Amino acid sequence: MIDRNDPSFWSDLFETILKGAGETFYTVGFSLLLTVIFGLAAGVLLVATETGGLLAKPFGSRALGLVINRALDLLVNIGRSIPFIILMILLIPFTRMLVGSFIGATAAIVPLTIAGIPFFARLVEIGIREVPVGLVEAAESLGANRWTILTKVLVAEAVPAITLGLSTTIVGLIGYSAMVGAVGGGGLGDVAFRYGYQRYSPEYMFAVVILLILLVQVFQSLGNIASRRLSHR
Amino acid sequence: MISVDRISKRYGSGESSVVALDDVSLTVAKGEIYGVVGQSGAGKSTLIRTVNSLEKPDSGTVTVDGQNISLLQGARLRAARHNIGMIFQHFNLLSSRTVQANVELSLEIAGVERSARRVRVAEILELVGLHGKANAYPAQLSGGQKQRVGIARALASNPSVLLSDEATSALDPETTQQILDLIRNLSKELGLTVLLITHEMDVVKRICDSAAVMSQGRILEQGTVESLLTTEKSLLGQALFPLGEIPDTANTVVEITFNGVTADRPVIAQLARTHGIDVGILGAALETIHGHQAGRTRLELPGTAEVTDRAIADLRSQGLFVEVVK
Ligand SMILES: Nc1ncnc2c1ncn2[C@@H]1O[C@H](COP(=O)(O)OP(=O)(O)OP(=O)(O)O)[C@@H](O)[C@H]1O
Ligand SMILES: [Mg+2]
Repeated sequence: MIDRNDPSFWSDLFETILKGAGETFYTVGFSLLLTVIFGLAAGVLLVATETGGLLAKPFGSRALGLVINRALDLLVNIGRSIPFIILMILLIPFTRMLVGSFIGATAAIVPLTIAGIPFFARLVEIGIREVPVGLVEAAESLGANRWTILTKVLVAEAVPAITLGLSTTIVGLIGYSAMVGAVGGGGLGDVAFRYGYQRYSPEYMFAVVILLILLVQVFQSLGNIASRRLSHR
Repeated sequence: MISVDRISKRYGSGESSVVALDDVSLTVAKGEIYGVVGQSGAGKSTLIRTVNSLEKPDSGTVTVDGQNISLLQGARLRAARHNIGMIFQHFNLLSSRTVQANVELSLEIAGVERSARRVRVAEILELVGLHGKANAYPAQLSGGQKQRVGIARALASNPSVLLSDEATSALDPETTQQILDLIRNLSKELGLTVLLITHEMDVVKRICDSAAVMSQGRILEQGTVESLLTTEKSLLGQALFPLGEIPDTANTVVEITFNGVTADRPVIAQLARTHGIDVGILGAALETIHGHQAGRTRLELPGTAEVTDRAIADLRSQGLFVEVVK
């Protein structure tokens, strides 16, 4: 039990929360970066390798395209169907192999990224699917190659949708990061668990909850605004 | 310029397969505007898409500017496409790009460097009547303006062929006229060869030099618009000058097609006077095609076979095209 009459109670709280928030930003920031890179690639590939897609026959092989498409789809579905708390535990050996430990803010990046990629990949896929096929045809009629069509038409036109997907992903990652925190991943989840739960301080608990709510609000609103700004439909 | 030689195309296989093109041939001369009309599902889009190889025919060849398009692949096909612009019913503009950037896309793809792109875009926007709109987004434009952007984009890389897939079907009649006039003027100014498909007869009437009528994957008739009008039982002629059902009468009924000079002569009055026939006018349709009066009149000629035969022979001797329909 923490003594709330201790003169340094509030400044301790402030410091602890700040440190936790810093760790959360670090974990979420890094996993977001990796999620965006791999999730974007996976999402684009999911659309492009399907039958009739731009990469339906990579290196001239239809079979390869089909294999990539099915494998990605399966991986994304698996990633999305395992509850995060279980995924986290499943990944412990992998995390330890990768970063040497499964505890701490850096270790938390691994499960967050693994959970984030399929999530974001689906959102990218949905965004790209909404681009009218006529636009691809128009670019083809202008003599565009596949790379140009992917980048300048499909992805460029899906940017508003992908931006919304990005903010949804950030919100999801913040939530997951709190979960990792509770089992040794540091960050705000760690603060809530150790101070709020184990040491019965409602002040810590509330502070964390309010901060999380604020963060989610801010990122969701930023995403909405950015998406609206970027969309000229 | 464009030569389509006996192409066929089937979608799907077995029982459920659809024959979209069935042994279709046509030739579009340089600088000509060629229209293909037909009902929905006739195969018009499939046909036009073989010309820039968005669709490959199962058999037959398509030649554009001396190149067998259906044989080209990869970089050579893409290079050939720089020479063939295309515009679409739903414009297909990138919503994320401004007018300027949409037109520039064509030049980016063609590998034109930035400063030259700027110059060319300004020039082509002026040409299609869109100056001052360079920084607008497609969503801020009217349908007619969007199609002008489409035209600018298609023509930015200086192609010699323009393909138009129902480019005016989403526009109101007045805007349609403006866009058609623009296409006609550009074609004349730039020596552009135009192949357009449409289900609106008006489009053919307004701008086409030649036309083909398609149905169920086949071309039913084709030729210059003027020659088609004076072809017996011409579908195009009947569609352009609809006279309705032939009424129930015991008398002879004839249809006269006027074209150019013959349209100015007082044919009917003369007929009545010379042969003493009480000519009845059952229907008439007149249009201006390429600045000429053209039209069709349906006349009822009472009297004996002898009298009417003589009248018809007389009309024909004046160079009129006469069909006896009853
Ligand atoms: N990708 C496709 N797969 C299967 N069938 C197709 C495909 N494209 C066209 N068809 C079929 O081929 C036939 C001709 O289609 P096409 O689009 O060429 O007609 P159209 O004359 O352009 O019609 P519309 O005026 O409605 O555009 C139709 O029966 C259509 O259903
Ligand atoms: Mg069509």
